[in-house]
Amino acid sequence: MKARVTVTLKTGVLDPQGKAIEGALKSFGIEGVGSIRQGKVFDIELSTQDRAQAETLLKAACEKLLANTVVENYRVEIV
Amino acid sequence: MKAAVVLFPGSNREGDAVRAIEMATGHKPQIVWHADTDLPAGTDLVVLPGGFSYGDYLRCGAIAGRAAIMDAVRAHAARGGLVLGICNGFQILCEGGLLPGVLMRNKDLRFICKMQHLRVERADTAFTRAYRKGDVIKVAIAHGEGNYEADDETIARLEGDGRVAFRYCDASGVIGGLANPNGSTHDIAGIYSEKRNVLGMMPHPENLIDPLVGGIDGAGLFKSLVAA
Repeated sequence: MKARVTVTLKTGVLDPQGKAIEGALKSFGIEGVGSIRQGKVFDIELSTQDRAQAETLLKAACEKLLANTVVENYRVEIV
Repeated sequence: MKAAVVLFPGSNREGDAVRAIEMATGHKPQIVWHADTDLPAGTDLVVLPGGFSYGDYLRCGAIAGRAAIMDAVRAHAARGGLVLGICNGFQILCEGGLLPGVLMRNKDLRFICKMQHLRVERADTAFTRAYRKGDVIKVAIAHGEGNYEADDETIARLEGDGRVAFRYCDASGVIGGLANPNGSTHDIAGIYSEKRNVLGMMPHPENLIDPLVGGIDGAGLFKSLVAA
């Protein structure tokens, strides 16, 4: 079973990297970019085939390490 | 004063911390490996030194904050034991749940390495009793992620409880504007835990203990700890 965890900054948290990327795209002449927020993606191979177990495990992984829930949100997708 | 300095893979300021503590106390602190599960018996002070633990992978201090030794550090802090986290050590304390908030990327994205003035916010703690309240000290900063952020409620609680240890300021002690090097909320350079036995700070007092290398304004912190 495979999963993808996406970690993004919470709304309102300053993201200077996203801002810099946004500025760079604009300077390259790529039109139509409103704003950019940078996040992280984790592609995870799971040994379990049990969906419920996978969800529990991934939630624990996110809460314990993958996301800092002070400033970040996470989303788990089992693919 | 029996001190222990925790060494994580990627720490690089442990030698400076050892030297500063030895200079102040006359005793060489013990180096403790991150994978150990116990602190040396009778440890009064634990120092988490600066550096780039685990290469700053994932988030600064994230992996080190969950290292085996950190359970012992949390238990030590819960007993009222002293803990000092400097630079990466501060990031580790936040990630490890010993202090609230998080250190985000500097506002202008640059790694900053320079001398910086700080205002001592209170002089009645184990870490600052050798200073006077309002003292302006000149120490070094060297970080890419020193922009302290927390939710409004946490900031209000830190301010209300007098838990801001140091603020960035200019040479005359004025805070705000260009005196803030990294965008840190309320110019925060260091904070205390609720019982003020845990201090996390981005600047490096351990590097300013010898007139030969630019000043001794950091020595007061280690002198304070001796008296603690």
